[in-house]
Amino acid sequence: MIFPSSETEAGDSIRALQASGKKLRIEGGGTRGGLGRPVSTDEVLSTRSLTGITLYEPSELVMSARAGTPVSEIEHALAANNQMLPFEPMDHRMLFGSSGEPTIGAIAACGVSGPRRIQQGAARDHLIGIRFVNGRGEIVKSGGRVMKNVTGLDLVKLSCGAYGTLGLLTEVTFKLRPKPERTGTLVINGLDDARAIAALSAGLGSPFEVSAAAHLPAGIVGAAACTLLRIENFAASVDYRLGELAKLLTDFGPSRRLEELESLPLWRDIRDATPLAAPRANAVWRISAAPTHGPKIVAALQSQFAFRHFYDWGGGLIWLACLADGDAGASAIRAATKAHGGYAMLVRAPDDLRTRVDVFEPQADTLMKLTAGIKASMDPNGVFNPGRMYADV
Amino acid sequence: MSQIAFPTPDPLILARRDAILAGLASLLPDECIVSSENERRAYETDAFTSYRQMPLAVVLPRNTEEVSAVLKYCHQQGVKVVPRGAGTSLAGGAIPQPDAVVIGISKMNGILEVDYANRVARVETGVTNLSITDAVMPDGFFYAPDPSSQLACTIAGNIGMNSGGAHCLKYGVTINNILGVKFVLMDGTIVDIGGAALDPEGLDLLGLIVGSEGQLGIATEATVRLLRAAEGARPVLFGFDSSEDAGACVAAVIGAGIVPVAMEFMDKPAIEICEAFAHAGYPLDVEAMLIIEVEGSEAEMAAQLQRIIEIARAHRVKVVKESKSAMETALIWKGRKSAFGATGRVADYICMDGTVPTSQLVRVLARTGEIVASYGLRVANVFHAGDGNMHPLILYNVNDPAEQAKAEEAGNDILRLCVDAGGCLTGEHGVGIEKRDLMRHQFSDVDLEQQMRVRAVFDPQWLLNPAKVFPLDGRLVA
Repeated sequence: MIFPSSETEAGDSIRALQASGKKLRIEGGGTRGGLGRPVSTDEVLSTRSLTGITLYEPSELVMSARAGTPVSEIEHALAANNQMLPFEPMDHRMLFGSSGEPTIGAIAACGVSGPRRIQQGAARDHLIGIRFVNGRGEIVKSGGRVMKNVTGLDLVKLSCGAYGTLGLLTEVTFKLRPKPERTGTLVINGLDDARAIAALSAGLGSPFEVSAAAHLPAGIVGAAACTLLRIENFAASVDYRLGELAKLLTDFGPSRRLEELESLPLWRDIRDATPLAAPRANAVWRISAAPTHGPKIVAALQSQFAFRHFYDWGGGLIWLACLADGDAGASAIRAATKAHGGYAMLVRAPDDLRTRVDVFEPQADTLMKLTAGIKASMDPNGVFNPGRMYADV
Repeated sequence: MSQIAFPTPDPLILARRDAILAGLASLLPDECIVSSENERRAYETDAFTSYRQMPLAVVLPRNTEEVSAVLKYCHQQGVKVVPRGAGTSLAGGAIPQPDAVVIGISKMNGILEVDYANRVARVETGVTNLSITDAVMPDGFFYAPDPSSQLACTIAGNIGMNSGGAHCLKYGVTINNILGVKFVLMDGTIVDIGGAALDPEGLDLLGLIVGSEGQLGIATEATVRLLRAAEGARPVLFGFDSSEDAGACVAAVIGAGIVPVAMEFMDKPAIEICEAFAHAGYPLDVEAMLIIEVEGSEAEMAAQLQRIIEIARAHRVKVVKESKSAMETALIWKGRKSAFGATGRVADYICMDGTVPTSQLVRVLARTGEIVASYGLRVANVFHAGDGNMHPLILYNVNDPAEQAKAEEAGNDILRLCVDAGGCLTGEHGVGIEKRDLMRHQFSDVDLEQQMRVRAVFDPQWLLNPAKVFPLDGRLVA
C-alpha cells in the first residue's frame, strides 16, 4: 500500500507504476469500497496522508480540501460558520457495515449526493475545482475556486462520479450553502406509491421550495406508509410554508408536521438507505428515473420478484433491496428501466455477483466507445481502478 | 488592426467549394442552404462584432437527422464545421472561417413536450431561452438560466457556453438545469445522453458537453428542468457612495447566511447608460448600485429585505429603493438586462467576463478602472456581484484600429488580473476566439493537453469549431 503525502509524491508513484505496467486501486476511508465492480490490482494507493482543508472562505461559500480529508472534519469546520455541503452526501457505512471515516475525495470521485439533490443539485453541481494525477503521472487542474467558470473543457464534472477510473483526485473544491435556520417535515400517511408520488410532485411543483421529498411504503419505517416533504428555511418561513403545503395537499388526506428533532434522523436514514441495510446479505439497487415513472418501474418488478423499496427525489430515486440470488433481479430491473427510462446501479452485492452482473446501466455501443475513449485519454495504460465501472474499461 | 489570428484557410477546401455545395444540396432542400455572398454575410460574425469571416456556406437543417447527414458528409470530406445558435456570443464562439460550413439550428425551434409532474421540458435546441419560460409561465413555471440575451439566444448556444444569468446565484447555470441532450457527433452518430433521470448513466458526459463550445458535437434536443416560480419576487436598489461599500455589502449579505436570488452590481457609468435607456428609476447620485432580488410571500420578502437593509445600512447605503409594482420590477430588470445593448448606443464596447473570488471584487474593480484609464479608454461595470462574475465593458471606437487594439490589450490585462486574483478568464460567456490566446495564463500546458486529449475522443481531426478555445500553437493532433 502506498501513502503519498503530497501531490508530487503521488505523481511520482503513479509514473513509476504505469511505466512498469502495474495497476492501482485507489482507497480513501475505505467506507464505500463495495461500490462498483470488484477491482483486483497489484497495488493500493491510500489518500490517508493527503489531508487538510486548504482553503475555506465562509463569506465566499467555498472550501477546498485534500482528497483524504475526513468528511466529518469538513462538516465540523463548516458547521462552525453555519454552512454545509449543499448536496447532503450519503454515508455508506450503514449500508456496507463498514467502519472508518468517509473522505471528501470519495464524495467527489463517487458523485455522492443525498435527499437535497432534488432541490439543490448533486455533488457534481457543487464541485467547482479539482486537482488530480492522470494515468501519465501528470498533475492536472480543472475548474478553480470561483462560483462561475466556463474556461476550457470541464474535466471537473467528468471526474465527479467516475469512481476513480480517470485519475487520482488530490484536491477538491466545493461550493457551500448556509445551513437552514430550521427544518420541518410534512407527513401524509397511508398513500399507495402512485398517489404518494403525485403528492410529492404537487409539493415539488409548488412555490414553497421543498428541499427533499420521499415516500416510504408500509413496513419500511413503521406499519403505515409515510409520504414526506421537507422544508428548510428561516424559521418563520418553515412555519408558513409547511402550512401552505398542507393546504395544497389536502386532497391527499390529513397531514401532520414533524419538527426538527424528529425530522433530522428520519432524513439521515433516508439519505443513508438505512431502512434497507439489514439483512446485510441482501442486494441493494438504486434506480434513477423520471419521478412519475418510479411507481411504474416498481409495479413492473413486483410481479417478478420479491423486494423492499422506498423512494427519494420525489419518486425519481428508487432504493430496492432483494435476495442476492441468481442475478439479484438484474434482468428484470434492466428491462424495466429500458421500458420506462432510467438507470439502475447495483449498489451492494457480494463480489461474485458484482463481477457477473453489470453494476452500472449497460451503455449503447456508441456511448461505450466514448467512455472507453475518455478513459484512454486520461489513463492510457489503465492504471486506475481497472474494471471498476465496466469490465473492459 | 486585428490581433486575434485565424488559421489559414485550407486552399484545397476553398477550391472545392462548388463540389461541397453540391454535396450539401444533395442532403438538404434549397431553403436550408445559404450560399450567396449577400446572405452569407449575415453569418460572418456574432456579438463579438470586431471580427468577421465569411463562411464557405451556411446550412440550416430542420431536424436531428439532417444535422447528422451534414456532419457525416463534412466528416467524410474533411470540411470544418462551425455550429451556430442565434449568434449572440460575446466571445466570438460562432464566428466562422472561410473554409468552414456553418450549421445553424435556428429552424429547429420546437417545444416538444412539457411535463409538469416531472418538472421537465423537452425542446429542440434552436428554441430561444426565453420562449421556454414564456411557454410555461402561465402555469407558474420557468426555465432558470437567464442570460441577458435570453430573448434571442438559443438553448443550443446556452449548452455550448454553459450560460448563466443574473438569477444563477440561486438557481445555477445551464448545466445545473439540464438533464439530457440528443447529441450528434462529428461523424454523424446520434447519441442520447441523459434524459429525465437525475443520476447520469455512467460517466457524466453531459457535464463534459455542456460548456464545450461546439467542439465535441451538436446538441439538437435537450431535456431541461422547469422550476416553479416563487410566490413573489422583488428587486431592491441599493445606492452607495463608493464601490468599496457596495462590494463589502455583498460579502456581508452572504456571510450572514442569506443567498438572494440575484445580486447585481453597476458602477456610475453603467447606471447612467442604463437609466438613460430604460428609465428604471436608478439613482443617479451614487457611485455604485446593487440590485438585490428576494423571493417568497409578502411577509417572507419583507423579513429578508429587513435583514439585507440592516446590513446595507451598516455599509453606509445612501439610497434604498424597493420596487412597488410589477411594472417597476420589469423596468429594473429591463435596465440591467439591456446594459450591453444600451452601452452599444453610446459606444462600441468589448465585454469582459472574468470571475474573481468575491473578496477580491473591490480590489479588481479599482484596478480595472486604472488599467482601462492607462490605455486612455473608458469603462462601465455591470456584473453579477454575488458570484464574482465581472463584466467590465471597455468602450472604444470600432472604426479606429489603434483604439480597438488598445481596448483588446486592456481587456487582456483585466483577464490576467482576474486569473491572478484567484479567478478565471470566463464565467459564463465562454473562451471562443476572444480569450483563446490567454488560456495559458490560466492553464499549464499539461492541463491544456489533457483537455485536448479528451477533445480528440470526439473530434481527432479538429473539424469542429476549430479556431476556438485552444491556442492555435501547441495543439495535439491525432
